[in-house]
Amino acid sequence: MEPRPRSFYLLALFFGLFVIFLYGPIITIGILSFQGPQGGLTFPMNGVSLHWFADLFEKQAVGDIWGAFRRSLALGLMVMVVTVVLSVMGGLAFRRRFIGAGAVFYLIIASLIIPSILVSLGVGLIFNILDWNVHWASSGFGAQLTWTLPFGLLIMFAVFNRFNKAYEEAARDLGASPWQTVRFVVLPIIAPSLIGVALFGFTLSYDEFARTLLTAGSYNTLPLEIFGMTTNVTSPVLYALGTLTTLFSFLIIATFIGLAVVLRRRRARLGSDAGKGLV
Amino acid sequence: MKIKDLISASERTSWLLVSPLVAILAFFLLLPILTLVVVSFWNYNEFTFFPDFVFDNYAYLLTSPVTLSVYLKTLKFMALTWIFCTVIGFTVAYFLAFHVRSLGVQIGLFLLCTIPFWTSNIIRMISWIPFLGRNGLANSALISMGVIDEPLDWLLFSDFAVVLAFVHLYVLFMVVPVFNTMMRIDKSLIEAARDAGASGPQILANVIIPLSKPGIMIGSIFIVTLVMGDFITVRFMSGGQSASVGRVISNEIALLQYPAAAASAVVLLCTVLLMIAVMMRFVDIRKEL
Repeated sequence: MEPRPRSFYLLALFFGLFVIFLYGPIITIGILSFQGPQGGLTFPMNGVSLHWFADLFEKQAVGDIWGAFRRSLALGLMVMVVTVVLSVMGGLAFRRRFIGAGAVFYLIIASLIIPSILVSLGVGLIFNILDWNVHWASSGFGAQLTWTLPFGLLIMFAVFNRFNKAYEEAARDLGASPWQTVRFVVLPIIAPSLIGVALFGFTLSYDEFARTLLTAGSYNTLPLEIFGMTTNVTSPVLYALGTLTTLFSFLIIATFIGLAVVLRRRRARLGSDAGKGLV
Repeated sequence: MKIKDLISASERTSWLLVSPLVAILAFFLLLPILTLVVVSFWNYNEFTFFPDFVFDNYAYLLTSPVTLSVYLKTLKFMALTWIFCTVIGFTVAYFLAFHVRSLGVQIGLFLLCTIPFWTSNIIRMISWIPFLGRNGLANSALISMGVIDEPLDWLLFSDFAVVLAFVHLYVLFMVVPVFNTMMRIDKSLIEAARDAGASGPQILANVIIPLSKPGIMIGSIFIVTLVMGDFITVRFMSGGQSASVGRVISNEIALLQYPAAAASAVVLLCTVLLMIAVMMRFVDIRKEL
């Protein structure tokens, strides 16, 4: 291998600083959430304790964060399932030309670029005019889907752009019905990418703020609850909550990435080696 | 006859497959936008809003001197955020795509960059407090180094903090598409340029940057829409002192002046769509997937 040019070391340094910029602040609040009971929002540490984590489990200190967490979890799972299913269906549909495909594509792009607060306000107004109650599981659910679906669909478009149609043709030649082809050939091949779509669906919903703001109704999701806390809580309990929910996000991300790796290995192991001997 | 039947059957399947998606986007995206347009002509008093057909909301919005200054302020945030995100995002993507040699390391470092994207924006904003505050890490470090005598007040709750947070939150939207475009650049083009005697900077300026433009455009589209529509970052990071278009809308909502908020929203939407339409002329998104 040729030796690294000097620019490599400069760029590597830049990249290192970039990673510190990305993770530094969150690590800082991770450390500060272990503040002693008398400690404040900034350094120095005033002793080390689990005081602020313990506070999270006392209702009067922080309001209904556990209820908010349960709602966010449930909503995230709902959004995840619907995003995965509809993205796969949409991805399959767009493999063939159909009348209106262009319009549907622009609708998907529009969903991505229309500012969140407009969706939030618009959905809130519709429910207001129709005299329906806004609720996180109805209006909030729909408003969040307008954010997660375009990500899911764009991933599926990218996946199907690289999909080798020969596998399906082989399945059809062997007598598989269209459903069997999808179920036993297409889905197993795209499974690792579906994990990616699921990850986007869950995390974007779990952390969503703007689109949920006017559509969640009287029961807050976790990000709304945390934002409410920023205006009236001025103790490290905020950091403790931030640390816990970020750790939860990391756990979810690690699980999904791990799952994708396992699926990819499994696919490589169980996939046929036909044709490889000829090269 | 038979072929025609086949085509329509496959079209029907495609339509069946996209119909739930279209139904959701129609009800939760198109209808809300239409509602905003309709309600922007309605009237309101202290207690409620009601159907009407008045231009007052627009007349007030478009003649108020506040509107212009708020738009200029928002455009300033957008321009600064875009410049920093583009420079940083391009450099990071360039390092990953052309200087990291093993695919495994490449994927690992790429994931390292994308993981924060999947965590909470609000927590990521809060996490700047201990860093930028009056007694924060930045001030203590500068004081102990002797650079300044008094803590700087403008680090937190200022326009500086707003732009810093925007860059922190949204730079990934530039890194990811630019990296994606760069990974598709045929490496033999770079070899050809080198064989033809081009220097490193020449290759960068004449081969890599032109070929990365679609990725930069997609990243720019994301950053423009995210910053233009933002209300929460500006409110939190400026400590409520700076205005932005999104904040004006959210204040009108808080005062229950829905028709006024709807009119502001329609004007914002037109502004954003106009900017995107110009940018879309430079890139074919479907080809980039």
